[in-house]
Amino acid sequence: MDMQATKKKLGLKERYQVMTRGLDWTPSYQKMEDIYPYVAYEGIKIHDWDKWEDPFRLTMDAYWKYQAEKERKLYAIIDAYAQNNGHLSVTDARYINTVKLFLTGVSPLEYMAHRGFAHAGRQFPGAGPRVACLMQSLDEIRHAQTQIHALSNYNKHYNGLHEFRHMHDRVWYLSVPKSFFDDAVTAGPFEFMVAIGFSFEYVLTNLLFVPFVSGAAYNGDMSTMTFGFSAQSDEARHMTLGLEVIKFILEQDPANLPIVQRWIDKWTWRGYRVLTLVAMMMDYMLPKRTMSWKEAWEVYFEENGGALFKDLARYGITMPKCAETIALEKDHLSHQAWGTFYNYGAAAAFHTWVPEKDEMDWLAAKYPESFDKYYRPRLEYWREQAAKGNRFYNKTLPMLCQTCQIPMLFTEPGDPTKICYREVDYKDNKYHFCSDHCKEIFEHEPEKYIQSWLPVHQIYQGNCFPEGTDPTGEGFDPLAAVLQYYHLEFGRDNLDFEGSEDQKNFDTWRGMATKNV
Amino acid sequence: MHIDLRTVTIKPLRHTYDHVARRIGGDKPASRYQEGTFDLQATANFHYRPTWDPEHEIFDTGRTAIRMADWYAFKDPRQFYYGAYTLARAKQQDTAEANFEFVESRGLAQALPVELKEAVLRVLVPLRHVAWGSNMNNASICAYGYGTAFTQPCVYQSMDQLGIAQYLTRVGLLLGDPDTLDEGKRAWMEDDAWQGLRRYVEDTFVLKDPFELHVAQNVALDGLLYPLVFETLIDDVLSSRGGTAVAMLTQFMTDWFGETRKWVDATVKTAAAESAGNKALLEQWTRHWRDRAAAALLPVARQVLSDNADSVMSDVVVQFNTRLAKAGVAI
Repeated sequence: MDMQATKKKLGLKERYQVMTRGLDWTPSYQKMEDIYPYVAYEGIKIHDWDKWEDPFRLTMDAYWKYQAEKERKLYAIIDAYAQNNGHLSVTDARYINTVKLFLTGVSPLEYMAHRGFAHAGRQFPGAGPRVACLMQSLDEIRHAQTQIHALSNYNKHYNGLHEFRHMHDRVWYLSVPKSFFDDAVTAGPFEFMVAIGFSFEYVLTNLLFVPFVSGAAYNGDMSTMTFGFSAQSDEARHMTLGLEVIKFILEQDPANLPIVQRWIDKWTWRGYRVLTLVAMMMDYMLPKRTMSWKEAWEVYFEENGGALFKDLARYGITMPKCAETIALEKDHLSHQAWGTFYNYGAAAAFHTWVPEKDEMDWLAAKYPESFDKYYRPRLEYWREQAAKGNRFYNKTLPMLCQTCQIPMLFTEPGDPTKICYREVDYKDNKYHFCSDHCKEIFEHEPEKYIQSWLPVHQIYQGNCFPEGTDPTGEGFDPLAAVLQYYHLEFGRDNLDFEGSEDQKNFDTWRGMATKNV
Repeated sequence: MHIDLRTVTIKPLRHTYDHVARRIGGDKPASRYQEGTFDLQATANFHYRPTWDPEHEIFDTGRTAIRMADWYAFKDPRQFYYGAYTLARAKQQDTAEANFEFVESRGLAQALPVELKEAVLRVLVPLRHVAWGSNMNNASICAYGYGTAFTQPCVYQSMDQLGIAQYLTRVGLLLGDPDTLDEGKRAWMEDDAWQGLRRYVEDTFVLKDPFELHVAQNVALDGLLYPLVFETLIDDVLSSRGGTAVAMLTQFMTDWFGETRKWVDATVKTAAAESAGNKALLEQWTRHWRDRAAAALLPVARQVLSDNADSVMSDVVVQFNTRLAKAGVAI
């Protein structure tokens, strides 16, 4: 019994340390640089991995317990929602197009995050960050799967979701989110952590995840809302990890500052360009709107992000330069994006439409500087033409930005009447950019970005037709062939919402659910 | 008595995602495992080569010498997607918690004969580091392997092994104190009995082929270590010497191995059945890593079984060979 009395007790912090980094050891049969081969080439200097502060202390037994409880609740709600045809209680069937955008554009990124964090969680020589990254890797496969499962019932009843995985690797606008994540994963492990852990999960998550989930809550989509809420506590862990990464790297060596600053500049811009899709979703696709894109940007980036960068100023980090350009774009971004999708509505896997009059009034109130002057007249013209049977579908292919891969639809900062073009000559080729920031990103790593798989170039090179297609054959229809390659069903997945199968089915089914017919 | 509750019935357009339907023989209801697994990993039109491995695409079948016409031929017999996985582990965690509580509250740790307690600590505490090594290796297979059907179970395996390392840490703290962990680590770093095993683990850290790493870690090392330590040393030998309480503390590991080996066997069986080339490769790898693992584990076993370690070890190897033969790999 004497042993009992003298037994040392560990505090919570020490206990977590023996449960994680205490498991690690310095190898002697193999060299550190062979075990962790990717840690040096980015130029980040780490002198003492033990200085890493664990952002959260969760042992696996507690993790399993909490997460299982969350899963149990989540799937109970998903099942109940499916069983009583919850999809019929959304505001109107146009809403479902946001779900399509989410499943085809975002869920595959959750999966990429899972693999990316497995990679980072294998490669850091510090045990603390390795454990935190691996836990995030596990969370991210959760997010991919809960989204696929929650949205499965929509896929059973609506078009545009049935080939989300196949489309993500092929469809023109989905190359925007895909190339964003491919860019992060192919960077070194430190840049990946700054790109995804910090810039995306910490700085921009409120502008991606929150608008979709709040939009779901406002529009009666309990399924999406529930997986969003269920992911919240995971996201909170991911955010603390993202912030700890930045602080840790910056505290380790002053030479890390310029590298990290460049990454923050780059990834804020890369992330912002992806958010173009969210901007138009918020302003145009939600029947019941939560807030405008501009308001979201002001609250979540300018205010909250501003406070964050003030906090990081003690490390020498400054607000990314691109914030000024973004501020100039915020009155225009969503309108220009929706206009483009309305044009290319024949080649998109969701429906487009012209907003109703009251929706235009809402847009005018939210965008007093720009909507009535530049965008309402165009939308009204399109509506008139559609009413006369001339719904316009653009059948030419747009020029894409080499970096962000978005069609060159953005206007000059400060002049919304002039399209912004930039170009660079590199090794006998000319490369095109939507902005100074995308151009600078290219110029810093041209060998990376000349590899971009640009959907339009690929179509012109004949790489986006089903196998065995003969583009020289009589009556060859390039758009039809490309849509086949996408597995996009013409007349069901694409075109205007007005007259779509989704619209008709929703009306019929809602009638069955609410009336005695 | 049957009660007929009515809901509004509408006829769906389809029953599952098209890529899932193509794999399950048509449009019919699919399981959550199927929808959460099939084709989840990108396979086409990668934008950039990894700056850390420019020889390969982000996901590349060329990272392993195993060739598969379809990497989704692999099926996890447990059908683990995240939800099913965490529910299964939460249940085991409940049992483990109850077992620790039982041993602690009844003072069973103090009641263990000193000699026995020391033997247990001598063997179990350094194994925290082996489990930690497996955590890293399975993270590696998950990151660099190909196809969600093959890589998904590896993230579960990786985190399971972290959990096991943590349970072993708790055993060390319960039967000993924080110094016990330091002593275990010292033995792991310095004592002859552990150097073969430590060399084995460190050598696997530099394996580049994710399937060979799977064989070295999940097939060979765990395939010998778990039957030897948890099924034989703890459950049989030490229990008979009055160490039943220890078997309660390691029940998680015993149950875990019984469950995960089904998945491991399925991967070997599927890969070996694919081609003669795969089969030959798997035989070569399994033989090589089995021999190394057996040699590395023998001195570990000798710490507890002074007389019959050799015969116990060879029994374990015979069982392992039989198991692998059933999976189509003759060694």
